[in-house]
Amino acid sequence: MESRNTNHSLFRHIDWITIVLYLILVTAGVFSIYAASYDFDHASIFAFDEFSGKQIRWIGLSLALAVMLLVFDSRIYEDYAFPIYFTLLAIMAVTIFVAPDIKGSRSWLVFGPMSFQPAEFGKFATSLALARLFSSYNFSLNASRGNYAKALAIIFVPVVLILAQKETGSALAYMALFLVLYREGMSGMVLLTALCAVVIFVVAVKYSGTMFMGIPTGEAVVFMLIMALMVLLLSAYCRHGVAARNVFLWFAATGIVTWILSLCGIDVPGLAYFIPVIIVACLYCVFISLRNKVRRMLVTVGGIIAAIIFLFSVNITFTSILREHQQKRIMVTLGMVDDPLDTGYNVNQAKIAIGSGGFAGKGFLNGTQTKLKYVPEQHTDFIYCTIGEEQGFIGSTAVLLLFLTLIIRVIHIAERQPSAFGRVYGYCVASFFIFHLAINIGMVIGLCPVIGIPLPFFSYGGSSLWSFTILLFILLRIDASRRSHPAYF
Amino acid sequence: MRKDHNLEKRKYVIGALVFIIVIIYIVRLFGLQIIESKYKDDADTNAFLRKAIYPSRGIIYDRNGRVVVYNRPAYDVVMIPRDVQEFDTLDFCNAVGITVENLRQRLQDMKDRRLNPGYSSYSPQTFLTHLSAEDYGRLQEKMYRFPGFFIQKRILREYNYHGAANVLGNIREVSPADIENDDYYSRGDYTGDLGVEKSYERFLRGEKGEEVLIRDARGQIRGHYEDGAHDRKAVSGKNVTLSLDIELQSYAESLMQNKIGAVVAIEPATGEILALVTSPTYDPALLVGRERGKNYSALRKHPQKPLLDRSIQGAYPPGSTFKPSQGLILLQENIITESTPYPCAHGYINGGLRVGCHGHGSPLPLKPALQTSCNAHFCWGFKAMIDRKGKYGSSAKAFEVWKNYLVELGYGYRLGVDIPGESRGFIPNAKFYNKIYGEDRWSANSIISISIGQGEVLATPLQIANLGATIANRGWYYTPHVVKSVQDTVLKDEYRTKHTPSIDRRYFETVAEGMRMAVTGGTCRMANLKNVEVCGKTGTAQNPHGRDHSVFMGFAPYHDPKIAICVYVENAGFGATYGVPIGSLVMEKYLNGEIAEERKFLEERMLNSNTIISSGVKKH
Repeated sequence: MESRNTNHSLFRHIDWITIVLYLILVTAGVFSIYAASYDFDHASIFAFDEFSGKQIRWIGLSLALAVMLLVFDSRIYEDYAFPIYFTLLAIMAVTIFVAPDIKGSRSWLVFGPMSFQPAEFGKFATSLALARLFSSYNFSLNASRGNYAKALAIIFVPVVLILAQKETGSALAYMALFLVLYREGMSGMVLLTALCAVVIFVVAVKYSGTMFMGIPTGEAVVFMLIMALMVLLLSAYCRHGVAARNVFLWFAATGIVTWILSLCGIDVPGLAYFIPVIIVACLYCVFISLRNKVRRMLVTVGGIIAAIIFLFSVNITFTSILREHQQKRIMVTLGMVDDPLDTGYNVNQAKIAIGSGGFAGKGFLNGTQTKLKYVPEQHTDFIYCTIGEEQGFIGSTAVLLLFLTLIIRVIHIAERQPSAFGRVYGYCVASFFIFHLAINIGMVIGLCPVIGIPLPFFSYGGSSLWSFTILLFILLRIDASRRSHPAYF
Repeated sequence: MRKDHNLEKRKYVIGALVFIIVIIYIVRLFGLQIIESKYKDDADTNAFLRKAIYPSRGIIYDRNGRVVVYNRPAYDVVMIPRDVQEFDTLDFCNAVGITVENLRQRLQDMKDRRLNPGYSSYSPQTFLTHLSAEDYGRLQEKMYRFPGFFIQKRILREYNYHGAANVLGNIREVSPADIENDDYYSRGDYTGDLGVEKSYERFLRGEKGEEVLIRDARGQIRGHYEDGAHDRKAVSGKNVTLSLDIELQSYAESLMQNKIGAVVAIEPATGEILALVTSPTYDPALLVGRERGKNYSALRKHPQKPLLDRSIQGAYPPGSTFKPSQGLILLQENIITESTPYPCAHGYINGGLRVGCHGHGSPLPLKPALQTSCNAHFCWGFKAMIDRKGKYGSSAKAFEVWKNYLVELGYGYRLGVDIPGESRGFIPNAKFYNKIYGEDRWSANSIISISIGQGEVLATPLQIANLGATIANRGWYYTPHVVKSVQDTVLKDEYRTKHTPSIDRRYFETVAEGMRMAVTGGTCRMANLKNVEVCGKTGTAQNPHGRDHSVFMGFAPYHDPKIAICVYVENAGFGATYGVPIGSLVMEKYLNGEIAEERKFLEERMLNSNTIISSGVKKH
């Protein structure tokens, strides 16, 4: 009686919207894989020796897996979160040594005809562990440094193992979990700092070719951005209107004077202008904070100085830390070098395929670029090209919107969880989707550097499909029984 | 579990982050897929290999339906540089019959954008042209060993006759300028050069077809795009029928051997040109195939300029062949009547001026003057007209009237023959003389030599023949043309419009009679055929280069003329010596089909004579 009741309520409480979205995406995925690997001699979408046929088999297994995950008691996930996590860590560690070398990476475990990528399954295990950590009694991220250390350890141990497998892309995906930390109380300044670092890096590298006021244009623009950031921080973060106004006037006045001087033929060297002016503004802020004991003012000054130091280190970072092919990938992405035959070949062909789709696309199976194999990896990482070419702007936008809906839905589910466990786990799921969506599609349309990670549910491959299926259905299981969770009462 | 509502608000930040990313990506997609069109073209160049199918070029027939020019297939080796993979160069060179150095040189030239501005490693590049049939066969078998190379079938011209090069023209590879001017052409295409091949290019070339093949990323051809739905068949060029009688043309060319000059024969009733000979000429077959470039430059450098079509490009003093036109103008302007006699004292002597003449009776009216080619008659007549201030007001005004008649008769401007390069000749106007002598400072005597076709007046052999046709028709002509018809096409209006000079028909009758008398008992007696009434007028044109030019203009038969002709032989002496015999032989051949036994000696003499060595001209 008991179990029938449970099944009945499970059926009633499960989030059908997510399941429908999942089914739509997975089905669209099979058709895309069929289209991407379609050849003139191909017989059927269901032929099991073809990618689409194999993917259908994976989907079948996924569905079985999904049902299985739904049948388990939701408390199992919470109770066994750490054992699952450590098991996966152990498997990942073993993988480093037993996996065959495939294109330089040792991340695949091969069992006869099947092979698995443990790094993919690490995602749900890490999510469970992180959720479990946050659900410990009275746990609060900001309560102690130790809590931060624990959370970061849970995230970074798998990252290190995956880096050891030489799967940089998958390792980077775990960085998405910082979004979860942010949701759970980590200061927004961390994300802001990361954003600033990316902007400074991109601007400084991209515009390093031309000169402005005697320094590379990129540097000059970054200095101006730093000045704007300072005014912004003073008014929005420190909430010190007077300081913000004074600093703004100071920047504006000195800027105008420099401009007038340059009109008169006296060119002020860039560094001789920016550095003293910003230092004076910083000293002013320090002076105010000493008088009023505004700690945030000092943080701002520290941030500004850090930004300037970062700016000067960008060149060194770029040329000495990054390897040559990484430098080139970044330069191609930033549009600094045009290299359609070498590094830029994939991205250029991807853009051609997508761009040639037009508004309504060429129609299912009518894409020429993907059929004729101009786009490499088109059934895996570059699967979005097939959609872009054959379904056009309508189809590719629809896929983006489907993912957006799914992610928003997952966030919604996460937020309605009575327990920290459910919420944190939900955000982990959302974060992985956000990262994969942003990086995969960004790479294909030439907005991000090429990082080889799959598009969830679309890219061919069992590991990725299973990984995201597990991520999603554990969340659905937790969500379905949220009303029976002790925290609910 | 306590909820932190401050932190819960962060869901909006995370949601907004996803939202912004999706919006940025949609904007980017909009840019890639809808705004930028470059990617569509790139996709096409990637995936489609557009291979031209060359149509067969129109065949050229003569007026009797004989095939003059037809097609012969030729094979070009074409390559797509980016598809070429490692191949056995020696094997390849042996197959096409070139050396390895040739191959390297050729590859280098092909990639040199100065020599080959259209070079692209994605598009077909002509590597080698005009493969012989044997080489083609040999290469075809081995073709699979040379990925990236393929054989393109082309059309070359083959000639059944060795003459009429000036009329037929030839075909050559298009120049960058041709490609610039006409979208139809792409590199390696052929286009007509000179003659009918050029002027009727649009009909002859037909329409190229296209095969749209799909090519995968490895450069392999995967068949026709959408089963050939986008392929276009080539449309064959239109056949062209010349008005030329190719046998007559060849005969006239043989008579002109070792002479410099031209022969133009026109069918008066239609304006169709029966023969258009320039001499020296060349075999059109020289300008076909791989040797074309070499032969062409040799012809260009030849001292006697065989590429100059003297029949339409040579502007010569018409000499006495101009006199019939003078008679017509004087009669029409009522300066003379048929019976107005003018004296001739071995020439025209007036105002300290003397234009010589030869011995004949005096005074003479128009017809005997034409018969004997009396210079004095036409000088007096010209003076009477130009200096008749009472009628015209001034010499200049009278001269303009005179000039306008000549323009009506086809002189001074291009007639509009349907092959390129025609010269307009030269008929001065009053302004011209005003410039030389000053306004009203000149009179008939200042310019008297133009009345006998000397001096400033210049005409092409075509214009002279056209005057013959106009007189034969007794007062009208069609613009002379070399193409009688184009398959499925109506001939241009300008070749179907009658031009009628404002000179009365009976005056033409008078002049024709004078020209008949010249044959029966005057300067053209040599042209007197037994069974055909020939009319003619000789000309002996003085020129600054050497001996006089020998000229003949005539038509036959006297009534119901079938042929009008002009013969112009440079530096060959009297009109009667070369012009008349050649002209009469051509007419006889055309009208009778053969040369009468008693005139064979004349034919023999013309075939074997050489006027070039005795021309007195060191440099032509």
